[in-house]
Amino acid sequence: MFHGPGRGLSREVEKASDFRSTLRRLLGYLRPYAGQISIAAVLVLINTTLTVAAPGLIGRAVDLLWQFFNGEMESAVAISGLNRTMLLLLGAYAGGWVALMGSMWVMVKVGQNVLYQLRGQIFAKIQELSLGFFDQHEAGDLMSRLTNDTDVINQVLTMGLTRMFSSAMTLVGILLAMLVLNWRLALVSFSVLPIMVLSTVFFSGRARRAFRVTRKTIGGVSAELEENIAGVKVAQAFSREQANVEAFREVSAANRDANVTAESITAAFAPTLDVLATVGVAIVVGYGGYLVLNGQATVGVIVAFVQYVRRFFEPVRAISMIWAGLQSAIAGAERIFELLDTPPSIVDAPDALGLPAIEGRITFEEVCFEYKPGEPVLEDVNLVAEPGQTVALVGPTGTGKTTMVNLIGRFYDVCGGRVTVDGHDVRQVSRANLRAQMGIVLQDTFLFAGTVMENIRYGRLDASDEEVMEAAKLANAHDFIMRMPEGYEAELTEQGSNLSQGQRQLVSIARAVLARPRILILDEATSSVDTRTELLIQSALRELLHGRTSFVIAHRLSTIRDADQVIFIENGRIAERGTHEELLAMQGLYHDLYMSQFESEVEAEQVE
Amino acid sequence: MHLSDSAIAEEETGARILREPGSDRQSEGRQGPAASPRGTPLVRALRFLSGYKWETIGAFIGLVLSTAGTLVVPRLTQIVIDQGITLGAMRVIVWGAVGIVIAAVLAAAFTYLRGYLAARASQGVAYDLRNVLYAHIQTLSFGYHDRAQTGQLLTRATSDVELVRTFISTGLVQLFSALLMMLGSLVLLLSTNWQLTLLTLPVILLVLGVFGFFAGKGRPLFTIVQQKLGRLNTILQENLAGIRVVKAFAREPWERERFGESNLELRDANLRVMRMFAVVMPLIFTLANLGTLTVVWGGGYQFIAGHLTIGELVAFQSYLMMTMFPIIMLGMIIMAVAQAGAGAQRIFEILDTQIEVTDRPGAGDLPAIEGRVEFEEVTFRYFKEHDPVLNGVSLVAEPGETVALFGATGSGKSTIINLIPRFYDVSEGRVTVDGHDVRDVTLHSLRRQIGIVLQETTLFGGTIRENIAYGRPDASEEETVAAAKAAEAHDFILGFPEGYDTSVGERGVTLSGGQKQRIAIARALLIDPRILILDDSTSSVDIETELRMRQALERLRRGRTSFIIAQRISTVQHADKVVVLEGGRVVAQGTHDELIRDSAIYTEIYRSQLQDDRELLPEVVAVAGAEAGEEVS
Repeated sequence: MFHGPGRGLSREVEKASDFRSTLRRLLGYLRPYAGQISIAAVLVLINTTLTVAAPGLIGRAVDLLWQFFNGEMESAVAISGLNRTMLLLLGAYAGGWVALMGSMWVMVKVGQNVLYQLRGQIFAKIQELSLGFFDQHEAGDLMSRLTNDTDVINQVLTMGLTRMFSSAMTLVGILLAMLVLNWRLALVSFSVLPIMVLSTVFFSGRARRAFRVTRKTIGGVSAELEENIAGVKVAQAFSREQANVEAFREVSAANRDANVTAESITAAFAPTLDVLATVGVAIVVGYGGYLVLNGQATVGVIVAFVQYVRRFFEPVRAISMIWAGLQSAIAGAERIFELLDTPPSIVDAPDALGLPAIEGRITFEEVCFEYKPGEPVLEDVNLVAEPGQTVALVGPTGTGKTTMVNLIGRFYDVCGGRVTVDGHDVRQVSRANLRAQMGIVLQDTFLFAGTVMENIRYGRLDASDEEVMEAAKLANAHDFIMRMPEGYEAELTEQGSNLSQGQRQLVSIARAVLARPRILILDEATSSVDTRTELLIQSALRELLHGRTSFVIAHRLSTIRDADQVIFIENGRIAERGTHEELLAMQGLYHDLYMSQFESEVEAEQVE
Repeated sequence: MHLSDSAIAEEETGARILREPGSDRQSEGRQGPAASPRGTPLVRALRFLSGYKWETIGAFIGLVLSTAGTLVVPRLTQIVIDQGITLGAMRVIVWGAVGIVIAAVLAAAFTYLRGYLAARASQGVAYDLRNVLYAHIQTLSFGYHDRAQTGQLLTRATSDVELVRTFISTGLVQLFSALLMMLGSLVLLLSTNWQLTLLTLPVILLVLGVFGFFAGKGRPLFTIVQQKLGRLNTILQENLAGIRVVKAFAREPWERERFGESNLELRDANLRVMRMFAVVMPLIFTLANLGTLTVVWGGGYQFIAGHLTIGELVAFQSYLMMTMFPIIMLGMIIMAVAQAGAGAQRIFEILDTQIEVTDRPGAGDLPAIEGRVEFEEVTFRYFKEHDPVLNGVSLVAEPGETVALFGATGSGKSTIINLIPRFYDVSEGRVTVDGHDVRDVTLHSLRRQIGIVLQETTLFGGTIRENIAYGRPDASEEETVAAAKAAEAHDFILGFPEGYDTSVGERGVTLSGGQKQRIAIARALLIDPRILILDDSTSSVDIETELRMRQALERLRRGRTSFIIAQRISTVQHADKVVVLEGGRVVAQGTHDELIRDSAIYTEIYRSQLQDDRELLPEVVAVAGAEAGEEVS
């Protein structure tokens, strides 16, 4: 087979923690294809046998010629013998071709189907897992499980296992053929084999260590790049370009040096095996020549042996390479299975209710919540929002406001107490049904790649273009959308980065509006929108929200002021509650906060 | 990021190449593609090898010698068979075997030398490419970075560079090695037996043909796989980053369907490629084997006719393999060349991007400034064909004045402040600082005197101290602490166990939005700028923090010319001048009092905000509030 020098060394090997059971489980994916795999195995066996037979046939042809040369055979007999042997060889090659093609064809299909199934399973799992999982796992890591890990598994499962099997068979076949042809010469020729195996093991170990260093250093390069490309505007603002270039050059040089070290190990591997193979040839030619002179071997045997010895090391290398690949594939499979085995912490109750049209009465009863056991984020929260009410949540950063609204849509489960919607515990209703009646605008606006139209329509897939525009008008997004050259057909890039933060918020409000929610949740939804626009949106929303319950997290008092209830949260507890006027009259925390913010405005007014 | 490393003199870093070889950087500022060196992207990438002459030459010598060593072995085998075994000469057999081993060892030694030097040269090129690319990215103007995606730039500096490197270290070497081997063995084939060579020629041509055919057919298939994979990854990435939105809208079934479709398409695209592979690879092997068959069969006839010896037959077969392997190798190299070419093209796309904002030839340093900033009829467009974002803007900020920019989202506030440090160049008109057109002075001297706190706070990995000293790495401990104190950051910094040495970013503590912004303010303060620019920095923090930061900002503004983008009237009221923008035009400017009197838009916003305070201060805002109530509610 044809590979660049030392290819088998370049893969970093990760150790799997439970090799056997993971491998068994992985092979379980192949079980439905047992029939196809058996066919492939038979085909591989046929191919191997024919491949091993070929040098023997060539040797036989040479022996015929030799016999003719020594005058032991008539030329006509020699020619017909040669023709017969060559036809056999042709048959062997042709048969080998068909068998190899067939086995690859079958295994390719099996592999792609397994891969397809694995990807689908992982994606479905990701969709099923609750938000708590995503708080603890990085997106990049999950991404790599779905792409890199499945890819490695595929390579090993299909091509790898096939080649491993055929390599092992080839090696055994070659050894057997050599022993049968001439056991004396065979045993002497085998002497290079252990050295080949040993040097493969030796080089793999050293290369693995060296490549680990390269991986670490390339990580440094990527980190440096990522940070400084993301922060390039700040770098330019502070004229740091030159210093950054110097710093980069340093990490880049570390990576270069690590790579040179690793590559020089690899560079030594292939020539070493070449030398060993050639030493094998020399042994065959030298000792074989001696045997021929003593009449203990034929020239054809030598010709066949030269080819066999040259083919020794390909299976040895292939096996070592696939073995290394198998290790990391198993490690990858372990990560995938770990993900697939993560039980979703939130599932619909088996008898979950389909929620009818929501009235909008929401209660929190003795609710407690913790992200990590023992570290409560919310404690003893009691709250009733009557249908149509607007509840404003106020308080310092990180006190649990966002957590509270997340509990309404059951993105997390409470650790005590309960949250109800129209008297139903949210854990007793179908989440899809509940969320479909909620409109949520989050603090971090997320837009999908696609047009503005598609992004707004995400709120309600069957909405007409007119309805989308209606929603956009309500959210005050229509004007700026129309100002873009492509209007609603404008493509949004990477999380909508071609829109300003404020514009993104407007689009995401339109998206929520389009969903015609019974319950609306605005989590700092207008924080990056200027005051004037915010006011326009609010008046529009007031109209929309007529008769619907809403929860609003905001730091602008214009939003808070109109709320039916203002809840001041501090350290995960409700510290004060009431209307804006009531809270001011209490002269408590809310009053202090309010006064501190408006101090300067008060002063200014008094001067006036 | 090593913030602690102060700038090292360029010459001492040992980097051999700081810019693209063969490029004419004098023409950098000019327009048009004429400034970039000629040649295809790959050729331009190869030109980086000029920094590694000796390695390249050494690798080439190693290549030639190792090829020679490899080519000798079959000839020696032939001698052993024909003159040793056939003639019964044990001495020839032994010396022949020894010769084979020596040739093999020499070939191996030279192969190693070749590999090692090629690694050094290719890694050096990759290193230089990365550095040049990085330096260029660092200096590309804001206009470019507005359009570029971080992820893509990252890919180019890593994966694309790696593609080029792999090509140089293996592809290029293999290309030469294959050509040399093919040529050498072909010559030896002909010299051994030309009739037999002619007989095998069809097989060689057939291998070439099959490769050409499938390479042509395969490429579009590979492209399709890449596209499908890209789509699948996009869906996945969006579902991970936007999982909250997906769940909030209960769109899981829809997303599953979307992914399922894409997954199926990817499987089918992959199957097409792999199936072709399943046909082609065995076919190529078989064709190579057919070569052997031809040699043994045809050679057998020649032998019987007395035109060939057994040794020649064996050697011939080896040489035929040595001719055939490189052809197969070439097929793979062609793919590598195509990939590396695409990678190089993407790299040079970046390197060829004109730096829009750069020092004018002969630009002098801006002397220490007073801080007078003037916009004279400034018009600005992000793209030539687009509507102007700023249209005929004129304004003056006298030294020490605070100018507040006020207006709706998209009215051009941020653009105005971006023009002062010359992050973008004006389309028409000019921006001057102390009478100097910002385009006439060096960027470094201009930006050094301007402190900026941007809307989105970016901190770097490293310690808090390093982050504060970002603009002046040589700042003393006292200066750093003083800046932190003035920015109201000192107290919370000391609250961390490690104080100023606390790491921020991925490996360090997580700072709240307000804390980050205060560090950013300290960072701006430390360079003691004459001009201060504050983009609405207080939108994402709660009220308490906002107040504390406002105090810090007020302290920061004292005695400096300041531009503030703010959305709250309370901030604006203290400004010496308020500039009201709408649709890229200045619709009103003056003090707060003047605008209350003259500007309808300003008054409208003013009232709407005051409405908030109606309950609190009924006596003060009674009049204004009554009017606002009619308008807004």
